[in-house]
Amino acid sequence: MAQRILMKGNEAIAEAAIRAGCRHYFGYPITPQTEIAAYMAKKMPKIGGVFLQAESEVASINMVYGAAAAGMRVMTSSSSPGISLKAEGLSYIAGSDVPALVVNVQRGGPGLGGIQPSQSDYFQATKGGGHGDYRMIVLAPASVQEMASLTIKGFNLADKYRMTSMILADGTIGQMMEPISFEDAEIEVYEKPWALTGTNCERKHNVVNSLYLKPEALEVTNFERYERYKIVEENEPMWEEYMMDDAEICVVAFGIASRVAKNAIVAARQEGIKVGLIRPITLWPFPKEALRKAADKVKGFISVELSMGQMIEDVRLYTQCKRPVGLCNRCGGMIPSPDEVLASIRNAEKGVF
Amino acid sequence: MKTTQILIAGFGGQGILFAGKFLAYKGLLEELQVSWLPSYGPEMRGGTANCNVILSEQPVGSPIVTAPDVLIAMNLPSLQKYVDTVVPGGQIYVDSSLIGVKVERTDVEVFYIPATAMAREQHIPTLANMIIMGHLLQNNPELSFDGTDTVVAKLVPPTKAALVELNMKALTLGKEYSA
Repeated sequence: MAQRILMKGNEAIAEAAIRAGCRHYFGYPITPQTEIAAYMAKKMPKIGGVFLQAESEVASINMVYGAAAAGMRVMTSSSSPGISLKAEGLSYIAGSDVPALVVNVQRGGPGLGGIQPSQSDYFQATKGGGHGDYRMIVLAPASVQEMASLTIKGFNLADKYRMTSMILADGTIGQMMEPISFEDAEIEVYEKPWALTGTNCERKHNVVNSLYLKPEALEVTNFERYERYKIVEENEPMWEEYMMDDAEICVVAFGIASRVAKNAIVAARQEGIKVGLIRPITLWPFPKEALRKAADKVKGFISVELSMGQMIEDVRLYTQCKRPVGLCNRCGGMIPSPDEVLASIRNAEKGVF
Repeated sequence: MKTTQILIAGFGGQGILFAGKFLAYKGLLEELQVSWLPSYGPEMRGGTANCNVILSEQPVGSPIVTAPDVLIAMNLPSLQKYVDTVVPGGQIYVDSSLIGVKVERTDVEVFYIPATAMAREQHIPTLANMIIMGHLLQNNPELSFDGTDTVVAKLVPPTKAALVELNMKALTLGKEYSA
């Protein structure tokens, strides 16, 4: 049996990043993700890495941009309001096709909001946030183990596709401790011939830039980038199905909401209600196929979210509105109870979505 | 033991989170599935703190304890806030040196331990939490007292190794306490 250790979700991200070869961390403290920075501050100097607390979120994301351009495995982490501040840098990084890992341990918004858990940055993570045509790979851990494994996966995918991977977690998963193991970690290494490593007078200059004043040239870079995104959409969707074999009602939830939903599903099954769960693990690329297939056999969906209903738009989109989609939600830092989800499931059983 | 949901609540500084970690590590030792979730709001900086621990033979679903099997109340506001959430047949541990009231419910098992007073008397004033933990282990044989020294040694930083013995003393006091 793999050795299990207890770790906080935030610490698991930091430890996993180090194991994945990340030696550059730039950040600015904010609750509820500060343990990531604290862990990095302690560990990085001992292993020859860089921990730098920047003067602001804007500075830290631009440091990430610089280190990424130099071909380093690099990351930053923040929580919702801090990610808004990093949005400009996210767009520049995307426009320059350099790989980076960005962690958002979400808290309630909008504005400064609160510090309790939330999932209300779904739109920001999956639909943009920064300006221009771009995508990020968005990974949504639902356990401390996944905080670690998806961080490693995130670095791998970022390097593979030269884009940003975002870990979209929430305050609960960040703060909680669970047993984890690092034994199955698969660290992939990619050549980075585009990186700014110095020419040694032996090759032509590499240029990392997001400025294209000729519209024809800018259009081509966007077309090419979206060809790459298409491959990501084909190859990388990840999801978990739970009790879906005979399900007539499908709950869709990610992160902490999926954990609550599982409790409700177990309770509903005891009442004889055939309900299952699709848990998107990648929010972009969204597991379209899983949803499309489910739409052919279930009578409806319930999207369980810690927001006013953001993922529900994708559930409707990818089920092509074939079936009704209900919403069970709390927001502002509140979490739906298993009983609230169970009530939605009972309603769905009666045809009320 | 199937699934035990534990809620520990009290003032910041009473070692609420530490007690929770102790149970979580104990569960890990017993090869159970474990989750530990602290309150992390402004309440940590004074005021009430609480900690949710789940020990289970199955994978833990929601880590949020809404209906505890076991409540440990280390101050009056915590007891008042959570007493009605405990499941019928559940256990409530009350630090009776800080909480003057009795639990009115009759469908739960209540243990009154003057833990804070005992701790002060034994010159381990910060370890009332562990006295209650000792009593909890005593009343939950499936968790057992075995290996507690290993667990404590894991929790105490190497620079404060002397605290291992004091924690064990507190646990033993709680174990041997009878009202």
